[in-house]
Amino acid sequence: MKTIYRALLGACALSALSTAAFAETTITVATVNNGDMIRMQGLMADFNQKHPDIKVQWVTLEENVLRQRVTQDIATKGGQFDVMTIGTYEVPIWAKRGWLADLNDLPASYDANDILPAIRNGLTTEGKLYAAPFYGESSMVMYRTDLMKAAGLDMPAAPTWDFIKQAAEKMTDKSKEQYGICLRGKAGWGENMAFLTAMSNSYGARWFDEKWKPQFDGAAWKQTLTDYLDLMNKYGPPGASANGFNENLALFQSGKCGMWIDATVAASFVTNPKDSKVADKVGFALAPDKGLGKRGNWLWAWNLGIPAGTKKVEAAKTFVEWATSKEYLALVASKEGWANVPPGTRTSLYENPEYAKVPFAKMTLDSINAADPTHPTVDPVPYVGVQFVAIPEFQGLGTAVGQQFSAALAGQITAEKALENAQALTVREMTKAGYIK
Amino acid sequence: MARQVKTRNKVIVTIAAWAVGIAIFFPILWTVITSFKSEADAIADPPVFLFFNWTLENYVTVQERSDYFNHFMNSVVISVGSTLIGLLIAVPAAWAMAFVPGKRTKDLLMWMLSTKMLPPVGVLVPLYLIFRDIGLLDTRIGLVIVLTLINLPIIIWMLYTYFREIPGEILEAARMDGATLKAEILYVLTPMAVPGIASTLLLNIILAWNEAFWTLNLTAANAAPLTAFIASYSSPEGLFYAKLSAASTMAIAPILIMGWFSQKQLVRGLTFGAVK
Repeated sequence: MKTIYRALLGACALSALSTAAFAETTITVATVNNGDMIRMQGLMADFNQKHPDIKVQWVTLEENVLRQRVTQDIATKGGQFDVMTIGTYEVPIWAKRGWLADLNDLPASYDANDILPAIRNGLTTEGKLYAAPFYGESSMVMYRTDLMKAAGLDMPAAPTWDFIKQAAEKMTDKSKEQYGICLRGKAGWGENMAFLTAMSNSYGARWFDEKWKPQFDGAAWKQTLTDYLDLMNKYGPPGASANGFNENLALFQSGKCGMWIDATVAASFVTNPKDSKVADKVGFALAPDKGLGKRGNWLWAWNLGIPAGTKKVEAAKTFVEWATSKEYLALVASKEGWANVPPGTRTSLYENPEYAKVPFAKMTLDSINAADPTHPTVDPVPYVGVQFVAIPEFQGLGTAVGQQFSAALAGQITAEKALENAQALTVREMTKAGYIK
Repeated sequence: MARQVKTRNKVIVTIAAWAVGIAIFFPILWTVITSFKSEADAIADPPVFLFFNWTLENYVTVQERSDYFNHFMNSVVISVGSTLIGLLIAVPAAWAMAFVPGKRTKDLLMWMLSTKMLPPVGVLVPLYLIFRDIGLLDTRIGLVIVLTLINLPIIIWMLYTYFREIPGEILEAARMDGATLKAEILYVLTPMAVPGIASTLLLNIILAWNEAFWTLNLTAANAAPLTAFIASYSSPEGLFYAKLSAASTMAIAPILIMGWFSQKQLVRGLTFGAVK
């Protein structure tokens, strides 16, 4: 009888142990729909094999919907997501509010020091890393080598705005629907204002002075906007005030743009012969400058962050560690080739001789290194961020100012009026928010 | 001569009707056609209409990337569930308002309609917090409750309009013959109002199927219906129109097919009482 009891007890213990061993933790990852993220979803077999006790559920959303959903969830402690894909804009703001779990306890093998310094600085608050970069990007000039040659010009590796204007003029032939330059015109803080804020940095402009006083009434912003409108009105495509990344991508791929200044991630699209008619005729250069020591390029990264309130923080960290590790980059390279590896996150990637063969690798790294989110402008500023100002009010402000500049591009108001309106609305909102006493 | 004018008018009216019909249907047709294009063809300028390399690649990609069946089942449960519960509440409510109106019935109807005038985002955060606290976030039952409440005013209004067309004398006669309230509603009123109830049911299934604000905001991975499935194919960086069109076509196909088969009931119900 005793033996039977023992056997039963043993069986129960074994069963309990095996249940514990196979207890599955399910984590929900909110992510944006872009090529690198979708590729990761296709490579989950590797993660599942290494971590059979963690099940990953994906919620893929359009960028604006994602931003609204994750902000709403983390602010209300809704607990819907265990890992969130967030931008470099959100990380410092959320970290200061205590909304994110820090990642300082990731193991030494993760090698956090290998993350590119420009990117790491943007994700670090008070010495703690609050998100891990999945891919990083800057902006650069993409141009048609054949049209540049036909124009009798040579694109320098680091052009000036004056050269860009000269090249745009020579490459434009509107009768053939060939436009010298394509730039963002669609209103939005992440649309035209990403480009114009970065451009204004190179012109010596800034959003605010050290006392948070808006600067749209200064000469530098006037010069920035006037030159932008001049370029677009004379050498840009029609209807440019509605063009964002995808519209310009379509124009460039169909051979209608001589130059396009936009995200470095576009390089892999425009050089892909499957979708691009000009795949073998594309050159790259750094974003232009005005000789003031700052270039007109931005810095952005999509990062994986963990909400401070999640009950599955260990499983979430395990996933983040896997998705942003050196090993993951090697996995993508082995399955899909080096050109498809998420760019702009790790120094070791750019030291890899195989990756150095990718045509846009060096220019992407140089562009990222040319951006400094902690000192983005010629004159000092009280904020962090190259193409944005890392304060909660910026989403609304950036879009409102972007609408003014987009209206100027559409010819509805003058540049002077757009700047006057931008100054007035920014002063009003900053006063209301308590920045201006 | 009079006959000639009549024929000419007929032709003009027919052409106009076809033009309006095609204009209304064109966006759907264009979406379906785009779903068979490559991403490069989808953004071609000038646009290509029929002469391109037709491909099923986008449907294959969508099938590989998403769990369509799960989203589809969520849509079915949420739209059918919310409509049926709505009807259960609305039929007796509309009966009371149509046949036993009180002094404030009209005010009550207007008040119910006024709830539709509030922008949904105005109550998003309070509702999100309530759902968080009672554990209804990302659940089918949570969405069924929300969509029932959202569509209830429309269901009651539609049924009220249909019931008003039914002569009260018939119900009175039933009562005189000894019919109970339940029997009166179930065996006398409902059979006479079947076209109206059917069209209300179909219209509300369509409304619930297409509802995108609450279904996107209150779900994550488990209860996300086809609206979330479509939203996952829009991309900030990279061409996506062809894949998005394929996802949209797959999402609207069931409701289009249902609408096609039930168009007779829909039209009959919607025009019920239109001509006196």
